[in-house]
Amino acid sequence: MANSDNNRRKFMATTLQSVGLTALGGMLWSGYSDEVKASPLVLRPPGALPENDFLKACIKCGLCAEACVNRDSNKNKDGSKRAGTLQMAKGGDHKLIGTPFFIPTEVPCFMCDDIPCVPVCPSGALDMPSLLNKEQELDINKARMGLAVVHKESCIAFWGIQCDACYRACPIQGEAITIEHQKNERTGKHAFLLPIVHSDVCTGCGLCEQACVTEKPAIFVLPIEHSTGRAGSHYVKGWDEKDQERVKDAKEIKTKNERSEKEASDYLNMEVEY
Amino acid sequence: MKNIKYLLLRRITQFTILFLYFGANAFGWHMLEGTFGASRLFGVLPLADPYTVVQVLASGFVLGADVLLGALIITVFYMVVGGRAFCSWVCPINMVTDLANWLRRKLKLDKEEVNYRFLKRRTRYWIMVLGIIVSAIVGVAAFEVLSPITIMQRGIVFGFGAGISVVIAIFLFDLFGVRNGWCGHLCPLGAAYSLIGSKSIIRVEHNHENCTACMDCKVVCPENQVLHMINKSSISVTDGECTNCGRCVDVCNDDALKFSIRSFAKK
Repeated sequence: MANSDNNRRKFMATTLQSVGLTALGGMLWSGYSDEVKASPLVLRPPGALPENDFLKACIKCGLCAEACVNRDSNKNKDGSKRAGTLQMAKGGDHKLIGTPFFIPTEVPCFMCDDIPCVPVCPSGALDMPSLLNKEQELDINKARMGLAVVHKESCIAFWGIQCDACYRACPIQGEAITIEHQKNERTGKHAFLLPIVHSDVCTGCGLCEQACVTEKPAIFVLPIEHSTGRAGSHYVKGWDEKDQERVKDAKEIKTKNERSEKEASDYLNMEVEY
Repeated sequence: MKNIKYLLLRRITQFTILFLYFGANAFGWHMLEGTFGASRLFGVLPLADPYTVVQVLASGFVLGADVLLGALIITVFYMVVGGRAFCSWVCPINMVTDLANWLRRKLKLDKEEVNYRFLKRRTRYWIMVLGIIVSAIVGVAAFEVLSPITIMQRGIVFGFGAGISVVIAIFLFDLFGVRNGWCGHLCPLGAAYSLIGSKSIIRVEHNHENCTACMDCKVVCPENQVLHMINKSSISVTDGECTNCGRCVDVCNDDALKFSIRSFAKK
């Protein structure tokens, strides 16, 4: 009897230990995984799902990077191979290990017409349908890898020095980046030729960032999530039918507090103490 | 030569597979592209790692049909034919842990009783399940963020970076920590393949009549709990944890172990 009691106690203790250690491991593992996937400032290949879904979906096979580096157009004149745009995150890159990304200042995306990196994706992390145009053809101009942002204080064009390196490097020249003319009040007789990025066209390929002549690029690509704002449904362009559709299904929000219990006319002209 | 026949065959297989993967990136070959997570054989046939696929599904993403088909193909192959052969015939970490084990024997570390008993061989199954749960909680394939297997493979194909430290860590753990610590106790992928391959047809068969009980096989076996029948009865090694590495067949000088097709009739 005592023996079976001992056995039971031992079994309980072992089970408790296993469960406890598993919980400990699970917490450490979850914490670690959650930290390592938090690398928001990373540029993904064309057609990549929004970052959170991308991190789930990417199976880290590297087929996109292999297709990128081995594409026919990626050769020097002597036939030797160039480095590919897409890199696979290694330990020390501080991005989720094994996922593809690119750094424009090293190798930007050259926006191949046939987009070799996307159709090879087996998992759906690179979403091909998002890159199809009306004719159901692959259209790299539909890619939104990021959005170029100009830091006007370090952009020498904003100083009044003539430079249009980014404008000329842009593969969608005259649409993704346009040059706006402005009078230079300092000299009174010169013009500023200012690069302006248009987020409805810019694909985030990074050719402008690579071309920028300043020591640290004054135009650079950030992930869309980090280079855009959101006006929210409080602000609607009343003159724009399309914009009004944003709030078509908006629901009335009723605030309930001490004040809302009265009619507006009851309190608007009275002093209310709070 | 007889002593290393299967060892040599395994190394050739491992190097060939890794070289094909390497060539897909370096030279644009289309024989075996991708990595273990998902690959393409001869440019058409999809292959995928079933445990990775389960993690991704648990994280809440419905994978593309290619990957699901690939995982099915791999699962069926190891389930029916190979058993846990991935671990000893394909996985690059196997070379690291085999080296650590060999050194361990040469340095006679096990004679010093440095084996830590708290780590049980079934720990890997807990880790395997935990990996799926953590994937669901965090929303990212959890084992893939630290898997030394794919880190080493990607290291070979795309370049190592700081990832080499994980491989070194496994080596040191197996050498100075627990004997067969990684592959035999912790690796959840090995656990998954143990389960998948537990009914496969290629098996090591023991011939009790020839056995002289020298126990060389048990010394060299990375999962020697599966060799419980040695010098006891003439049956096949049916435990899924056997990696079909064939080292026992290699070292047996008495012709008491050989690969054979599992006989279901005997049961």
